Amino acid sequence: MGSELLSNLLWPVAALLALGASFGALLGFAAVKFKTEGNPVVDQVNALLPQTQCGQCSYPGCRPYAEAIVAGESINKCPPGGEATIHALADLLNLEPLPLDAEHGIEQANTVAYIREDECIGCTKCIQACPVDAILGAAKLMHTIIASECTGCDLCVEPCPVDCIDMIELPTTLQNWSWPLPHQPSIIATDKLHGNAV
Amino acid sequence: MSAIYSFHGGIHPEEHKSESNTSSIQAAPLPSYLILPVSQHIGAPAKPAVSVGQRVLKGELIAHADGPLSAAVHASSSGYIVAIEPQIVAHPSGLSDTCIIIETDGRDEAMPATPHPNWQSYEISELLGLIRDQGITGLGGAGFPSAYKLNSDGIHTLIINGVECEPYITADDRLMRERSDLLGQGINILQHITGAQQVLIGIEDNKPEAIKAVGTACEDRDWTVASIPTKYPSGGEKQLIELLTGKQVPRRGIPADLGIVCQNVATAVAIAQAVLEGQPLISRITTLTGERIANKGNYEVRLGTPVEHLLQHGGYTPEQSQKVIMGGPLMGFTLPDPRVPIVKTTNCILAPSKTELASDTQSQPCIRCGHCADVCPASLLPQQLYWYAKSQNHEQLNAHNLADCIECGACAYVCPSALPLVQFYRAAKAEIKEKSIEQRQADIAKTRFEARLARLERDAAEREATRAARKAEAKAKAEQDSRFAGEEDPVQAAIERAKAKKARLQQNGEPNSLHSKIEELTAKLERAKFGLERAHMSGKEEKVLTALSASVQRLERLLASAQAKQEQAQEPSE
Repeated sequence: MGSELLSNLLWPVAALLALGASFGALLGFAAVKFKTEGNPVVDQVNALLPQTQCGQCSYPGCRPYAEAIVAGESINKCPPGGEATIHALADLLNLEPLPLDAEHGIEQANTVAYIREDECIGCTKCIQACPVDAILGAAKLMHTIIASECTGCDLCVEPCPVDCIDMIELPTTLQNWSWPLPHQPSIIATDKLHGNAV
Repeated sequence: MSAIYSFHGGIHPEEHKSESNTSSIQAAPLPSYLILPVSQHIGAPAKPAVSVGQRVLKGELIAHADGPLSAAVHASSSGYIVAIEPQIVAHPSGLSDTCIIIETDGRDEAMPATPHPNWQSYEISELLGLIRDQGITGLGGAGFPSAYKLNSDGIHTLIINGVECEPYITADDRLMRERSDLLGQGINILQHITGAQQVLIGIEDNKPEAIKAVGTACEDRDWTVASIPTKYPSGGEKQLIELLTGKQVPRRGIPADLGIVCQNVATAVAIAQAVLEGQPLISRITTLTGERIANKGNYEVRLGTPVEHLLQHGGYTPEQSQKVIMGGPLMGFTLPDPRVPIVKTTNCILAPSKTELASDTQSQPCIRCGHCADVCPASLLPQQLYWYAKSQNHEQLNAHNLADCIECGACAYVCPSALPLVQFYRAAKAEIKEKSIEQRQADIAKTRFEARLARLERDAAEREATRAARKAEAKAKAEQDSRFAGEEDPVQAAIERAKAKKARLQQNGEPNSLHSKIEELTAKLERAKFGLERAHMSGKEEKVLTALSASVQRLERLLASAQAKQEQAQEPSE
């Protein structure tokens, strides 16, 4: 009677232990074999940042800021991305969207750097400052900006010893003009203040 | 007659065709200035080929096509080029674009044309080149370069679009009635180029005269003239294809994917003129209509004619805050300025009175009635799109296929709340496009930034490596040196020696000069020998080695003589 009880009890326990051990081994193996390199959330955050590499967030580039955001930095320090980026980040990380932190700059129209070539002395300082290698030139030779590669970060403006770099706004042409969103209808006078009445 | 299929939705707005389709096409008078934009088509702007001050003849090339998706521009009349500069063009934005401005001389002197009556013997590529060089673009509305569109393989059906479904516009109607012979020849050329076995000509049943005229013109051909029920927007390319073939153009696809190519009737006529008569596209038929126009009708207008000039000719009496619309009431846009020129795509100029076309009624909230979904020819859900466009929810807009919207305006037409739906969709489309461009640029910037970081790292590593190599070399050399020098510092050793000598002299009192000299010489010889060996080891020059060995020999000699002297001195004392 006693031994029967024991065997009735032992078998299930042994079976569960065996199952536990085998699944544990499987999980352990999978954890080693399919290990994720790096933090995938950093990549996702980085993909939402505008990649201007301007450093206005006080981090040396977009990726470092992405890493900082994942580590708990606030998401409202990116002026080039502006409100759209803040909202996208808030969605991704399930955070409250915050207004843009004015300390790091304000949202501005897209600009592109322009070197007044007559005044350039060929010091190469801007070339070293450009985070995306969008400046072409050599020592004592005139430099120029590859406009299509310029992110408008304005990191080249400050190092220029002769102040010959301008940040110019991209003009609206027939090619990049777009229809504006129509005026939002608002029939209730008190709703006008809230922007959208419908 | 083949079967007529149907498409989803559509509307039946008041036609307003009878105002302008009763009189025949008249030639509009020549303006004193012609403003010819270099970009009157979809694709790359044409490149100006003339300079300011140059005299040009009617039909002379003034800007050539830049790449395959582009169209040439020709002088519409003779005169002098007075400027090539940005001017306001016919575009809803009211922005300026490069235009070539010709001051006409009134003589209307034409370039000698080169007709090609035996075009059938030409290669297809030659014909396409001809069409391209004569600046032919789609005259229906979008202005797609015709040669590019016709240059596709595997076409089995050619559809000729004579639907003209938008209210007020009758340009194609009059053209079909009056120039059906040319149209027939144009279709001939098109069929030859595309190699289509089947030709379908679609005309709405509100144009019985046009159907009759076209039917007569192509009696002896096996083409099908299909009378299709009047409904807007049957003239849309995708809608017409569905009407005539029952097939739907796949999403993000083009008709050529189905083996179909569509051409407007006016384009076919222009192609006939270009090939048979060698005449470039320098004029088009434009409907001038609306209650504020006295002489409504269709005019053959030179491209580049300011709209203002045509309006004046038509007896235009503007009312307060008058709107002038280019295109029809559903898909057209209000002109930013009446001085803009008529271009290749201008099929209608509409000057309505306020009672005729309600303008800017205050829109009301969406009541979700669903009428818009009933009339959408693309089977979309306009009200959902509206909500998502308003909240800028691009993900949902894509999921609801905003890209398939043809912006026909049927939804806005039926909307009881008078919501400007199409404007919402256009804005949303533009935003999505902008986002995707931004994303692409961000990706490029990211790649470049990462490449730069990698380069900087590599440079730093290289510098570190050279530094390490130099350090190792210096260390090896120092070790070699120390092997010869023992642990002694040579300077220290010299000082030691001097001290020892002094001490010895003091100790001995009277110096035994000979003895000390021998000792000194022995030490010197030791050092000289050591120096010679070291010079040998480190591979010094021949001259240095000779000098060192000479000094060793000299010291040996001196030492030998000193030792001899000492022996002599010791002998007598013994």
